[in-house]
Amino acid sequence: MIGADAIIKCLEAEGVTTVFGYPGVAICPFYNSILESDIRTVLVRTEQNAAHAASGVSRMTGRPGVCAVTSGPGATNVITGIATAFADSIPLICITGQVNSELLGSDVFQEADITGAVESFVKYSYLVRRAEDIPRIFKEAFHIANTGRKGPVLIDVPIDVQNAPLSRFKYPEEVNLRTYKPTVKGHAVQIKKVIKELEKAERPLICAGGGVLLSDAQDELRSFSEKHGIPVVSTMMGKGVMPTEHPLYYGMVGNNGMAYANRAMNECDLLIMVGARVADRAVNQPDLITRDKVLVHIDVDPAEIGKNAGPTIPLVGDAKHIFNDFDREEYTCNCAAWIEALNGYRAEMAKKREPDPAYVDPAEFISRLTDRMQENAVYVADVGQNQIWSCGYAKVRKGRFLTSGGMGTMGYSIPAAMGAKAAMPDRQVVAVCGDGSFQMSMMELATMCQHDIPVKIVVLKNNYLGMVRQYQHFTYRDNYSVVDLSGSPDLEKLSAAYGIPFLRLENMEKCDETIEAFLRDDASVLLECLIDPMDLV
Amino acid sequence: MQKKVYQLLVNNTSGVLSRITGLFSRRGYNIESITAGVTADPRFTRITIVTSGADEILEQIEKQLAKLVDVRDIKELKPDESVYRELIMVKVRAAAEQRQSVISVADIFRAKIIDVAPESLMVELTGNQQKIDAFISLLDGYEILELARTGIAGLGRGTENVTYIS
Repeated sequence: MIGADAIIKCLEAEGVTTVFGYPGVAICPFYNSILESDIRTVLVRTEQNAAHAASGVSRMTGRPGVCAVTSGPGATNVITGIATAFADSIPLICITGQVNSELLGSDVFQEADITGAVESFVKYSYLVRRAEDIPRIFKEAFHIANTGRKGPVLIDVPIDVQNAPLSRFKYPEEVNLRTYKPTVKGHAVQIKKVIKELEKAERPLICAGGGVLLSDAQDELRSFSEKHGIPVVSTMMGKGVMPTEHPLYYGMVGNNGMAYANRAMNECDLLIMVGARVADRAVNQPDLITRDKVLVHIDVDPAEIGKNAGPTIPLVGDAKHIFNDFDREEYTCNCAAWIEALNGYRAEMAKKREPDPAYVDPAEFISRLTDRMQENAVYVADVGQNQIWSCGYAKVRKGRFLTSGGMGTMGYSIPAAMGAKAAMPDRQVVAVCGDGSFQMSMMELATMCQHDIPVKIVVLKNNYLGMVRQYQHFTYRDNYSVVDLSGSPDLEKLSAAYGIPFLRLENMEKCDETIEAFLRDDASVLLECLIDPMDLV
Repeated sequence: MQKKVYQLLVNNTSGVLSRITGLFSRRGYNIESITAGVTADPRFTRITIVTSGADEILEQIEKQLAKLVDVRDIKELKPDESVYRELIMVKVRAAAEQRQSVISVADIFRAKIIDVAPESLMVELTGNQQKIDAFISLLDGYEILELARTGIAGLGRGTENVTYIS
């Protein structure tokens, strides 16, 4: 057995079923050993997308997705994917090949100091020096990635370590990390304090972030909300925590959120922020959520509590544990008047759009698309105007809504959708992107075809980098600079080149039947929707 | 703006110091001084960091440091509950006629003469920062050729709040 065989054994022991990646000489021992395994390998067309695809796997399975790339440019290309996962606390295991350990630091061909380069975007990283360390390091890496505040872990393995003989292999049953012990259980005294505040509150509100999904606490949160009739709003990363049309769900907060959700945040007298960073896009003015109200901040990462807003009650721990603890406490909520007010706001303050009938209205289209998608479908939104429309109008029932929130990485949707589909082949997976973000990842159409990963793709085409154009419209009074996407390929011909069925929707007239055709069977389809180039979110 | 001294117990692994200093630089925190050295248990390194900032920044520094996977323990070394020491080495220009006066300044501070050359003296002094600053200001009248200072190392007093390594 050599080091590379040991790595594969570690992945098998962790239940990894798919590795996304791109080989090069420095990772070839790994890709040779994996041939002996049942682990599926998927060749992406650029390394960044291997990390995004692994992110899709993680988010669907709750286990770290794995990508494996070569040294030098392979490793540096994957950094954007790692940074994207880091910003959204998505667990990843990223294996990079490295040059011979004796040559480290001498600038040989395809050498890059990748552990140094990703330092600010990983939860932890390893440079493996001895093959005997592989089982321990992989055991630790999977544990670190998927516990506490989750995140990517990079393991850099020099080629000589991959080739080094290993006398025995034993995958450790437990990790022994003296310095790493995240707090999972909430403090009992703090939990009692929260319940006491809830009893006093007239206008309680829960704001759910992506951490709720990372801790798989959606059911616990929903039953707590339903049991006591407490309304819920969410951040972008928290979309899908509650079914979109749940009577107690009042939409997404923030700059790009719903006015009534923001009003609820401002008017509540008790705000429970859970698994949310209180970041700038969700909470524009952090002082507003601390003024005249009790702020309870629940997060598994103590450093997030008090970073942007000082809470009245800090509560460190895992959301699932904490909501289970809440559930054991008895209390009655009297907030019928508050719910009535919120229902009024929702009716009055819903966004009114006046779409040009010559085009597809993205809001109405997304609403109807998600009406017809399967109940547990996965909707992957890209970044740009399309993301904001998706957040505003996509209906999530028992499925998932995935997007790149913290980093806002264009091109995320197609590779992440591929990862989601590879992990859950029975679920319907739809990626919705703009014509800018599509062109950042369109090389992955080949990956989908080669590996038979049928993702459905919607391209909202306006021939602009719409979000930047909108910004230039407001900030630079229509002085458009470098936002025109002329020169983009004919998507019908492009689809034909890949052998992917193509549909085009030019206006709302044939919207329903086109959506029916788009969703009909479990095959890849590319649907181009022509939208108003001057539309604003 | 407040100054605080933190003591960290961290894994003695390669790259641990760069992870800590990297955290300071990318989040824009100040490091006034940092000293590191292996402990009695070779698996661990003890680091003393002097930093400054507003209260909420100091709170973040503490939390972000505590979050690092390699950090076993972090605590503030409060001035009245701790002992700080710093070491300096200073090379002063001193020909034969000035030698005695430099030595007498050094004697007052219980500093040691550790090298004598025809044109210079090298003095070593250990103490807290005030003592060291006072010593340096007294050397103002001489020409300081070179000066090296370690930054402070510190330990809490007594047996309370000691992190035992299991």
